[in-house]
Amino acid sequence: MKAPQRILLAHGAGGRLTRELVERLFLPAFANPELEDLDDAALLPELPPGRPALTTDGHVVDPPVFAGGDLGTLSVNGTVNDLVMAGARPLWLTWAVILEEGLDGELLATCVEGARRAAEEAGVRIAAGDTKTVPRGKGDRIFAVTAGLGVVPPGRGVNDRNIAPGDAILVTGTVGDHGATIMAHRHGMESTELVSDCAALNGLLEPLWEAGVPIHALHDPTRGGVATTCNEAAARSGLRFVLDQQALPVAPPVRAVCELLGLDPFYLACEGRALVWLPEAEADRALEILRGHPLGRGSARIGEVVDSAPGHAPVEVRTVSGALRPLDLLSGMDLPRIC
Amino acid sequence: MTPGDPYHDPAAVRSLAAAIRDESAGLRDPLTIMEVCGSHTHAIARAGLRSVLPPNLRLISGPGCPVCVTPVDWLDRAVALVRRDDVILATFGDLMRVPSSGPTLEAVRSEGAPVEIVYSPRDALDIARAHPDRTVVFLAVGFETTAPTIAAALVEAEREGIRNFMILPGNKTMPEPMRLIASDPAIRVDGFLLPGHVSVIAGWETFTFLADDHGLPGVVVGFTPVDVLRGVLEVVRQRLRGEARVANLYGRVVTAGGNTSARRLLDQVFVPAPATWRGLGEIPGSGLDPAPAWAHRDARNIDVELPEPHEPPGCRCGDVLKGVISPPECPLFATACTPESPVGACMVSSEGSCAAWYRHDRLGSRGARP
Amino acid sequence: MCLAIPMKLERRDEFEGVVSLDGISRTVSVMLLPEAEPGQWVLVHAGYAIAVVDEDQARETLELIGEHADAMRDL
Repeated sequence: MKAPQRILLAHGAGGRLTRELVERLFLPAFANPELEDLDDAALLPELPPGRPALTTDGHVVDPPVFAGGDLGTLSVNGTVNDLVMAGARPLWLTWAVILEEGLDGELLATCVEGARRAAEEAGVRIAAGDTKTVPRGKGDRIFAVTAGLGVVPPGRGVNDRNIAPGDAILVTGTVGDHGATIMAHRHGMESTELVSDCAALNGLLEPLWEAGVPIHALHDPTRGGVATTCNEAAARSGLRFVLDQQALPVAPPVRAVCELLGLDPFYLACEGRALVWLPEAEADRALEILRGHPLGRGSARIGEVVDSAPGHAPVEVRTVSGALRPLDLLSGMDLPRIC
Repeated sequence: MTPGDPYHDPAAVRSLAAAIRDESAGLRDPLTIMEVCGSHTHAIARAGLRSVLPPNLRLISGPGCPVCVTPVDWLDRAVALVRRDDVILATFGDLMRVPSSGPTLEAVRSEGAPVEIVYSPRDALDIARAHPDRTVVFLAVGFETTAPTIAAALVEAEREGIRNFMILPGNKTMPEPMRLIASDPAIRVDGFLLPGHVSVIAGWETFTFLADDHGLPGVVVGFTPVDVLRGVLEVVRQRLRGEARVANLYGRVVTAGGNTSARRLLDQVFVPAPATWRGLGEIPGSGLDPAPAWAHRDARNIDVELPEPHEPPGCRCGDVLKGVISPPECPLFATACTPESPVGACMVSSEGSCAAWYRHDRLGSRGARP
Repeated sequence: MCLAIPMKLERRDEFEGVVSLDGISRTVSVMLLPEAEPGQWVLVHAGYAIAVVDEDQARETLELIGEHADAMRDL
């Protein structure tokens, strides 16, 4: 794979340099027949039976390369996971980048390689792409925009309205690893143990479906973390979630970053974790299956679904004292604080 | 929060709560205990500790949230400074959403003004190193805990010849407002949970005036649920015994005399000055101004035009900070004033008592149970 | 007020030191703590070490808490 030393505006102008970038960098990385036609639109083979699922996502991250991933892996895994959370098997992706003039070609190459590897691991193909450039100072190095296409096999379906009182809420691993990794980097911390959880989740969750576990709802707690995702799902389900503070799995280095910067793990982003709502009676079996997969070893039951009630917030946390406190949506950004 | 950590052990929390309930049954009158420090407010709300206390024990929040007591005209100056094209503002994240007479720092940043969020005053020094053509102004807020770190950053700037680093002085000291609260007949406080990390620097002896002059118990405690409950139990026991003294239950980091190196540095860089506290007004000797030899680091010497300061109408942050009312007693609480659109500073900072109540206690206060 | 957490001082010179906790490390100023020695636990606030943790006191406190917790567990 050969990347230019620096990205010039002409790399996004559609001329010779654009073509070189495509032929030397993108094509060898994403190699597949649908992409190699380089037509205006990729023609896909017929989809397997089921309901098609379509998603799109924009990706920005500072720093663009972090422990456990980069903008490339993040964009592919994020898109794959959006499909997986809808119960779909992910199949096809598009991958477009917006590059800032002067970008280090090595950084682009790293992100392309990251996207390639993530796509390979998730078993999806990148069938179309695009490159645009913006003048220096008009963008932050590299942005990626994706679309994802998958199919929900017949008989499968998840929906927040399926969530029922008595359901258990599971998380498939420690929370906040991605968010803490990013924050630690931005605030001068070093760690060999802190690694983003960035990963595609189809491999982890497919065995649950295959085992016939009746999953009611699935979400990946990305931006805004478990707190935000639960609030959104609670609103759609019309029910109340009670989470257990002591049960929330948090890795020691993530906890350390939180304590140092005054952050709350409930609000930190994950990029390779799922929240699963399912009947309580199925929880133990599901946990056993999840824990049998390398990505799910840290799976835990973190809460339960109950009827909503006046005087209660949609999402509440049982604290160390046994009392319940409301867990709200994040107001504004989660900023490091000293006070 | 940390499983397996004794300071967060649910069994220890239950045991202490039970002891508090048992022993406070012997109290003749209900007790009002002020947690002076905003980090205590935050910790109490986060762990739901109010709900495990018996009805005759009331915890109220004090003026120890630096963001909440920062007056609007000070923020107006910060906003005016960053609107000059030669200034970069560096600030702790806490200040970003605090209302000024005009926009918040978050809003000015969205207009393109350079406002950088830092974890440490030293990070602000790094920004100054990286931008020698600009003046980097660090928004100096915080009490005795934070003030020495800012003094140290100034000394470091001097030592390394970083000329473009200044501060907007806003540091404050705790004993003066506490003296005011202890002697105000309108404010009913029977004992204090004393600020643990202020005491790390100042030493617990700083607070003996509470017992000596005002006959009030004070307990220096740490910030975990277990620490806080031990502090409450100690206040109850002192009242039962008819005692009033300053007890140090945070001996793992707090000594009688505090951190003498830090205090020496404070004396070198700052001089006591009158300071305005939102809600409490001007309190003599409660602020820290750069000493005359450090005037060249004082961003108040940069010329800016300031608006007429105005406090948001209806906001009762002042009464909340003095402990005269609890947050839900303010007519704006959870109606016009929420964490999403805060009217007063107490709703902004996560350790502000209104924000802490809103986030953690607003339902618990109505007796919500699973 | 003010967030501060105990971290282990790994090494230091006159002005700066490296502190660590659970696999996280950061460079901090040790200007306010000339007496702190590598191997000691120090309280870190806003990028500065501000106190040495008194290990004897810490142990004593933990024992007291342990008694409370045990009393509850025995019930």
